[in-house]
Amino acid sequence: MDWGSLNPLSLVATMVVASIPIMFAATGELVAEKSGVLNLGVEGMMITGAVAGFIAALETESQVAAIAAAAAAGSGISLFFGVLTQFLKSNQVATGLALTIFGLGVSALAGQNYTGQAPPQFSPPNFGPLGDIPILGQIVFGYDYLVYMAFLTVLGVWLFLNFSRAGLVLRAIGENHDAAHALGYKVTRVRLLAIMFGGATAGLGGAYLSLIRVPQWTEGMTAGAGWIALAIVVFGSWRPWRVMAGALLFGGVTLLQLNLQAVGLEINAAYLSMAPYAITILVLVAISARRSGKSADTPASLGKPFHSSA
Amino acid sequence: MNFLRKIQLAASIAAAAALSLAAPAQADPLKVGFIYVGPVSDFGWTYEHDQGRLAIESALGDAVETTYVESVPEGADAERVLTQLALAGNELIFATSFGFMDPVINVAQKFPNVKFEHATGYKRADNVSVYSARFYEGRAVIGTIAGHMTKTNIIGYVASYPIPEVVRGINSAYIHAKKVNPDVEFKVVWVYTWFDPAKEADAATALIDQGADIIMQHTDSPAAMSIAEEKGLFAFGQASDMKQFGPNARLSSIIDDWGPYYVERAKAVLDGTWESEDAWHGINEGMVGIGEFSDKIPADVQAEAQAIADAISAGEYHPFTGPINRQDGSPWLAEGETADDGTLLGMNFYVEGLEGEVPN
Amino acid sequence: MIRLEPRLAPSRIWSFLAPLAAVGATLVGGSIIFSLLGKNPIDVLLTIFWSPLFDPNMSAYARPQLLVKATPLILIAAGLAVGFKAGIWNIGAEGQYIMGAIAGGAVALAFYPAEAWFIFPLMVAAGALGGVAWAMIPAALKIRFNTNEILVSLMLVYIAAQFLAAVSLGALRNPEGSGFPGSRNLQYYDSASNPELLAGTGVHWGGMAAVAALACLYLLMRRHIMGFHLRLAGESPRAARFSGARPALLVAFCLGVSGGLAGLAGLFELAGPSGQISIDFNVGYGFTAIIVAFLGRLNPIGILLAGLLVALTYIGGEMAQFMLGLPRSAIQAFQGMLLFFLLAMDLFLHYRIVFRTGAKA
Repeated sequence: MDWGSLNPLSLVATMVVASIPIMFAATGELVAEKSGVLNLGVEGMMITGAVAGFIAALETESQVAAIAAAAAAGSGISLFFGVLTQFLKSNQVATGLALTIFGLGVSALAGQNYTGQAPPQFSPPNFGPLGDIPILGQIVFGYDYLVYMAFLTVLGVWLFLNFSRAGLVLRAIGENHDAAHALGYKVTRVRLLAIMFGGATAGLGGAYLSLIRVPQWTEGMTAGAGWIALAIVVFGSWRPWRVMAGALLFGGVTLLQLNLQAVGLEINAAYLSMAPYAITILVLVAISARRSGKSADTPASLGKPFHSSA
Repeated sequence: MNFLRKIQLAASIAAAAALSLAAPAQADPLKVGFIYVGPVSDFGWTYEHDQGRLAIESALGDAVETTYVESVPEGADAERVLTQLALAGNELIFATSFGFMDPVINVAQKFPNVKFEHATGYKRADNVSVYSARFYEGRAVIGTIAGHMTKTNIIGYVASYPIPEVVRGINSAYIHAKKVNPDVEFKVVWVYTWFDPAKEADAATALIDQGADIIMQHTDSPAAMSIAEEKGLFAFGQASDMKQFGPNARLSSIIDDWGPYYVERAKAVLDGTWESEDAWHGINEGMVGIGEFSDKIPADVQAEAQAIADAISAGEYHPFTGPINRQDGSPWLAEGETADDGTLLGMNFYVEGLEGEVPN
Repeated sequence: MIRLEPRLAPSRIWSFLAPLAAVGATLVGGSIIFSLLGKNPIDVLLTIFWSPLFDPNMSAYARPQLLVKATPLILIAAGLAVGFKAGIWNIGAEGQYIMGAIAGGAVALAFYPAEAWFIFPLMVAAGALGGVAWAMIPAALKIRFNTNEILVSLMLVYIAAQFLAAVSLGALRNPEGSGFPGSRNLQYYDSASNPELLAGTGVHWGGMAAVAALACLYLLMRRHIMGFHLRLAGESPRAARFSGARPALLVAFCLGVSGGLAGLAGLFELAGPSGQISIDFNVGYGFTAIIVAFLGRLNPIGILLAGLLVALTYIGGEMAQFMLGLPRSAIQAFQGMLLFFLLAMDLFLHYRIVFRTGAKA
């Protein structure tokens, strides 16, 4: 075993990279869940974004177009879920699962002619001399645009939920939609927008996979990342910064496991991979155990349908 | 009622068989079915089997008709799909994943007139052949290239599951890299999946962080190749050539070329000469293809690698030729002795010099 | 102006019309997808929906296979329906399915190669217990800490899947399997196998269990005080408490029943059609069953039909692949669409659509 060769700097950098897809997806799902909607279709939305971003990148060679296409596609496919659950009152759990099946199928169809190709390499932002700073240069200024977008999304969501009126309304709706409705808030409209936001960020997470982290398009390439994102929202107890930390942890555990193997440490991969989920359950228990203090982490209306009685 | 159904089923099979015997070959093409474990678009394992299917079509033209079912989970679903392929009149069925083994044996019992070909398994029957490729021969060639080309003397290996097939590949690559470069060191990362592009990419990254400047892989997606390309390092194509994923990074590749075998077997059925076999083919038979050498490899190294490939192909050289010790130092092969197939098929140990343990 | 008015009771007419309308809409949508792929949509739709049932070559085999494929879906969905009625959301059936199979399989492998009549019953008990035990984790946490059972049961799916991988590579690996992951095949171990009870019918012990589960579901909901409490709890938790229901008991009951049935489904699948514990043993029945439960409107007959319909799209979809060369992804997209439409049409069951002109309501 050779601990000396485990380079903490590049480990941090790759951990960040590994966490970006799930960070994007989890942040969007957080907003949807805060509005009271449980969308289990994250995997379907991610893979749709992955293929849309990839196709746009190949066709236009433009990074902006690829990012926009991924967000639009994720958002677009989330509308199936949104319309069904919000207007047609279908069950959220079942509809989310159907969205995953649909997304996996549609993405594979759309990407049929795009397998076996490499996407254009997009140059990362140039921070000039900042990038040459010894440590920070690598772990702060060494990433692609989408990485910074992911962190900005977390920041934006935090600001929105805590410091904006609209964010307050969204949380109120997630907490008690009947009361919010009585106050005149548009429950259905807000939730639909939240679902679309979740779709857009999931799409971006998928695009990060197909454009940068892997980079290629293959059918089914998200390989369960969407489900991990759902776990992270819970792990982060519906708070943006904790969700970000959760994404780093969940992404990091896999990576750490691979890196420990690379330095020659024998580890039991299966048991280590279980750990984050077990921790998530403990976090849930901790939240619910002190729930008497009413910190209102778990949105009270989560997953419950809203019937406007007026 | 159960009995009646059985008779019905038997009658319909018999009728189908009688029809195919009675009808002239031109009018009634041989139907060949394929069952795949992954999507045909994976650009790895399943993709190459599908290329083999297409090779049958282009070689035998109107005499055959091929169909496939992709992404079939191993287990109950596989057994159903195999039965349906047989019922649909396929007379030759290729099952291209180890996990299809028991389903193939079960279905073959029910359809004695249908020929089955099972890739990488070990259970045979009168109408079940098994076939596999001696990929370790290819590993010997790319191991030689890697040993010469590495500057850091560290070669990274992205491995799927600790099964003999994979362990054999690691050993073969290591022995030959070590032969040309005594300072070479292998780092192996087990990802416990055949196909998860993100995880394969992460594993490649972890190996590169540990100083590896050449990546080998025994997983199905081209993710590791893409990462090597991005980092400006080297890698080898696995299963398919993968050149498009690493125009600069790709040094060579081990190509699973199932075409020649598939064509031969389909022909055998057409001629009525098909027999149950245990085929383990290598470079010589064309089942293991060595992809074109990159011009980044110096000419003398190319020549050396080619010489090894030729010697293996001609049967003059066996990649596991003694003296070779096991990892613990105990002797395995004496000077000049070559490994027997039985030991190779069950290989669950590293050879001397490799670090780490085969996980259990 | 279009408005929705909730109906007091589900519409009887629409409970027949809705599925028909959904299938009609799917046929139209599917036709568009298949035409875009350059296939004759009528051929494809006939292959998916007609061939498994009536094709002269295939149907004798495919019809019983529908039962085989539908069995785990129905068995799990029947259990889930109990909880869903009461507003207790077990979405971790996939994990309970895995743990049932592992527990039952471990029992079988412990006795291997002994032959005895009691091995299979013991496996069945272990399978059910495995599922129940795994479901009792979210139940206990909900009862004690009011922890959200949706999320806990979902997390436990991931843990179970990792555990499955670990035992496939480790403790339960076939010692004679050349080092490949996966256990011995129970199909070849007489005392532990779960073959078709009548060859060619597709009915194994799991099928019998599924029918029994549906019958129990019916009796429970219609005839038993527990069923009354469950429905009341789903509609109005406060009223349920006044009527004497004990919430903790309800939670334990619902999760226990659904976990137990999911565990049984896993065990029967393992000992029967699948045969082996392997890394890919679970193929999503636990999740698909959630959809089946809702498509069947949590009602025994509905679940039976929905399970068969979903099984039909799987088997017909495979046929479309090898008979017409359609990619599997097209089938998947089509399935997703069918589910969307079926779920969407439920609207008409519970709501009346009111068209208004003029002034806002």
